[in-house]
Amino acid sequence: MSKKIGVFVCHCGTNISATVDVEKVAEETKKNNPRVAYTTTYKYMCSDPGQKLLRDKIKEEGLTGVVVAACSPKMHEHTFRNAAVKTGLNPYHVEISNIREQCSWVHPDIPTGTDKSIDLVRMMTEKTRKDKSLTAIKVPVTKRALVIGGGIAGIQAALDIADGGQEVVMVEREASIGGHMAQLSETFPTLDCSQCIMTPKMVEAAQHDNITMYTWSEIESITGYLGNFDVKIRKKARSVDLDLCTGCSSCWQVCPCKKIKSEFDMGIGNRTAIYIPFPQAIPSKPVIDRENCILFKDARKKNIKPNDSKVCRKCIDACPIAPVKAIDYNQEDEIVDVKIGAIIVATGFRELEDGLYGEYGGGKYEDVITGLQFERLASASGPTEGKIKRPSDGKEPEIVVFIQCVGSRDPAKGCSYCSKTCCMYTAKHTMLYKHKVHDGHAFVFYIDIRCAGKSYEEFSQRAIEEEGATYLRGRVSRVYKKGEKLIVLGADTLTGSVVEIEADMVVLASAMKAQDDAEQFAQKLSIQYDKDKFFSEMHPKLKPVESSSAGIFLAGTCQGPKDIPETVAQAGAAASKVLALLSSDELEREPVVARVDRQLPPVFSTCIGCFYCQKVCPYSAIESEDIKARDGSVIKTVARVNEGLCQGCGLCAATCRSKSVELEGFNDEQIYAEINALEFN
Amino acid sequence: MKIKITTEERKSDFAKEVEERSGIDVKKCYQCGKCTAGCPVAYEMDYMPNQIIRFVQLGLRQEALTSRTIWLCASCITCTTRCPKEVKIAELMDVLREMALEEGIANPMEKDITTFHEAFLNSVKKHGRISECGMLMEFKRKRPKAALKSALQDVADGSQLMMKGKLSLAPHDIKGKDNIKRIFEKLG
Repeated sequence: MSKKIGVFVCHCGTNISATVDVEKVAEETKKNNPRVAYTTTYKYMCSDPGQKLLRDKIKEEGLTGVVVAACSPKMHEHTFRNAAVKTGLNPYHVEISNIREQCSWVHPDIPTGTDKSIDLVRMMTEKTRKDKSLTAIKVPVTKRALVIGGGIAGIQAALDIADGGQEVVMVEREASIGGHMAQLSETFPTLDCSQCIMTPKMVEAAQHDNITMYTWSEIESITGYLGNFDVKIRKKARSVDLDLCTGCSSCWQVCPCKKIKSEFDMGIGNRTAIYIPFPQAIPSKPVIDRENCILFKDARKKNIKPNDSKVCRKCIDACPIAPVKAIDYNQEDEIVDVKIGAIIVATGFRELEDGLYGEYGGGKYEDVITGLQFERLASASGPTEGKIKRPSDGKEPEIVVFIQCVGSRDPAKGCSYCSKTCCMYTAKHTMLYKHKVHDGHAFVFYIDIRCAGKSYEEFSQRAIEEEGATYLRGRVSRVYKKGEKLIVLGADTLTGSVVEIEADMVVLASAMKAQDDAEQFAQKLSIQYDKDKFFSEMHPKLKPVESSSAGIFLAGTCQGPKDIPETVAQAGAAASKVLALLSSDELEREPVVARVDRQLPPVFSTCIGCFYCQKVCPYSAIESEDIKARDGSVIKTVARVNEGLCQGCGLCAATCRSKSVELEGFNDEQIYAEINALEFN
Repeated sequence: MKIKITTEERKSDFAKEVEERSGIDVKKCYQCGKCTAGCPVAYEMDYMPNQIIRFVQLGLRQEALTSRTIWLCASCITCTTRCPKEVKIAELMDVLREMALEEGIANPMEKDITTFHEAFLNSVKKHGRISECGMLMEFKRKRPKAALKSALQDVADGSQLMMKGKLSLAPHDIKGKDNIKRIFEKLG
C-alpha cells in the first residue's frame, strides 16, 4: 500500500522564510511528487495551533506519513512525533526535514535557499515512504543505585537517593569514607571547618537504613545495561572483622610499626601498620596494611599462611573481643554480587605527583610541600595539631611562598587546563597561615587570580587587603636550598622585575589530576573520558551529569576539577536523575537501535561472526549468540545487539562487512531512498 | 630590576610607612591600570601611576621616590576620582613627593618643580591670587638655568599674552588677601 504523505513547511517566523520561499517549497513538493497528498505552510509549526494543524490534517486527509520541514530534529522531532501519536499514527512515520540550521541560516539569497529546501524536502519524503512502524523498547528497572566513591560527591549523592526512598550501595576503596574533603582543614570562602561539616554527613550516610556501605572495596566488574546492571564488588581483605570489631583502638596502640607514612596526612605524618586513617574515620574500624605489617612480611618470606606466623601478633593479643578475635590474619578478598538500576560515578581526583617539577624541588626538599600537605599541617587533626611547622626542623616559618598553577595551565607538563580551586585555596592558605603565625609573611606567585564564585572575589581580596598576603604576578622559575632557607626565584611582571625571596617554606598549589586508574576504570564502565582522563559528560551544557552510557551518571571531580559547592550541586543533580530513573518500574527507550539480521534456515543470519562490530561499539552493546540446532549443537555464532545498551550511533552498521547490521529508522533502504532522491534531480 | 625579599628587609616596611603617613591603604590596589589609562601626563612619566603604587606595595622605596612620575603628577585627581577601589592615588603622589624631599633622594627634575611650586605659593600668599609676572620672575631668578633655556620662547609668548590683555605686569590683590595670609600662617 502506498503511503499518503503530508508535508508541512514552517516559516519559523522569519528564520526560514527570510531566505526560503516556503510557499514555493510547498507548491513544488506537491507538484513533483505524486505520493505527497497534502502540503501546507504555517508561521510556527511548533506552536499549539501549528501542532493542531498537523493533527487535524493527519485525520482529515488520512495521512500515513508526515514530513515537517522546519528546524533541526534535535529541536522538535519529539514535539511533532508526540503530536502525531495523538492521532493514532505511529510516531516513526514522522520525519523532520531540516531547512533551517544548514539551509536558511547559511544561504544569503532566496533562490538558493528555496532550491535547496525543495531538494531536502524531497529527500525526506522519499525516506518517509520507507519508514516502518517501530515500538518503544521497554526495559525493566532494578530499584537500587550504586555510588562509586565515598568522598563528598558520593556521600551527597547516596544521601539524596536514600532520602528519596531508594536503596543505595556505596563502594569506597579506602578504609574510610570521607575522601579529600575530610583531609581539608578549613573550607573557602567561609573558613568553616571541613571536619565539622563533613563528619556529620559521613555518620548520616553510615547510619542510613537505605545505604549499604562497602569500604576497602573496589568494583570488580560491571555488566548489563540501564536499569539492569550486574555489579561485582571486591571486598578487599581488611584482616579485621567489621561485625566483631568495636573500634576500641587497643590494636593500633600496641602496633610496633609506627613509622609508616600516612596516606591521609599526605606523607607528612605517620601511622601504624594496623590503623584507622584518621580519628573520625567511618567505619571507625582498622585495617591491616599487609605490605608493611611485619607479621605479613614474615609470612610472605616463609611462604606460610599469615596466621601461622609467630612474629609480633601484638594486635591480636591486644584485641579484647572474645571468644573469637576481631582480627583475622587469614581473611581473604570476597566478591559480592549486586543487581543495580543506575550508577553514579564519584571517584574523585588525585593531587599532582611530587617530583614532576624538579625546578621547584618538589619531593627533594622537605620544606617544599603541596597544597594538600599544607591542609594537613593546618588541620587540628593533622600531625602538628594545626601548628604551622615546617617539616624539616619543626620551626615556625617566617616567610612562606605559595606558588600557584603548579601543574595547571602548563601544556609543557601535559596539563593545559585550569584546576579551578587553587586560587581560592591558596588565598585560604595565606589566611590560615597568618591566623596562626601573626608576624609571618605570605607571598603568592600567580598568573591570574581566578576567583569566580559567590563571595570568592571578596575572599581573595581579603587575603591581600586584610591579611596582608603579597601577591606577585609571575611564575616561579626555580626553588633551591641555601643553608636553612629556600631561595625562590620568581618574577613580578607588574613592575617588570625579578623577585628573589628567602623563604622558610614553599607551598605548591598542585593541580587536580584524574585518578591514576581513571582510564582503565572508564573502560570498565564503557564511559568516555577526555584527553586529561576526566570522565566526559554527555553534553557540556544540557547533560552535565550524564555519562556517555545510559544509566551511568557523574558527580564531582572525576568529571573535572571543581570545588566543594559545585561538587555537592552536581552530586544532587546526579541523584535526582537516578531517582527519576528508579521511580518507574519500566523504562521506555527510543527504538532507534541496531539489529543483526535473522533469517529462516538454512541461512539463519547473514552475520559471519567476525565481531568487527563488537570492536567498534563504544557502548559494549554487541553480544555473541549461538544459533543452535534442536540437538543443542552450535550451527553458527553471530552478533546480537543488546537493546538496553545500544545508543543507536550506527558504527556497527557502517563497519559490518556482510551488511548484516542495520540501524532501525535509518536502514540502508531509507538512506538510499534519500540519496537517490537527490541524484535523479 | 631585581627585588630581593629577606626576613630582615621585610621588617623595614616602606609600604607600612607610606600607609601610616597618607592614611591610604595601598594593598587595596589590584593593578587594573585605570589610573594610568586616564592620566593626562602619563605619556611623559617614566613609570605609570599604577606602577608607582606597585612599588609601594612591594616596598621598593628607591624606585618610588626617585621616579619622575611623582613630580610630573599634576594633581588633577582624575585617577582618584575614577579608581574602582577608592585608592587616593593623587594624594599618594603628594605624600611620596614629601618623603622624597625629606630624604633628599628626589629626581633631578624635582628642583625646577619645587621652585615653581614655591613661587606659586609665595605669590598667592602675597596677593591672595597669583601674579603671573611676579611668579615667573621669582621662578626664573631662582632657577636661572631653566630661565635661560626658555628665555626666547617666554618673550614671544609673553608679549602676545600681554597684547591680548591676559598678562599684566603689576600684581592685583584680591579683597580678602589678609585672610589668605592667615591660612598660610596657620598652616606654617
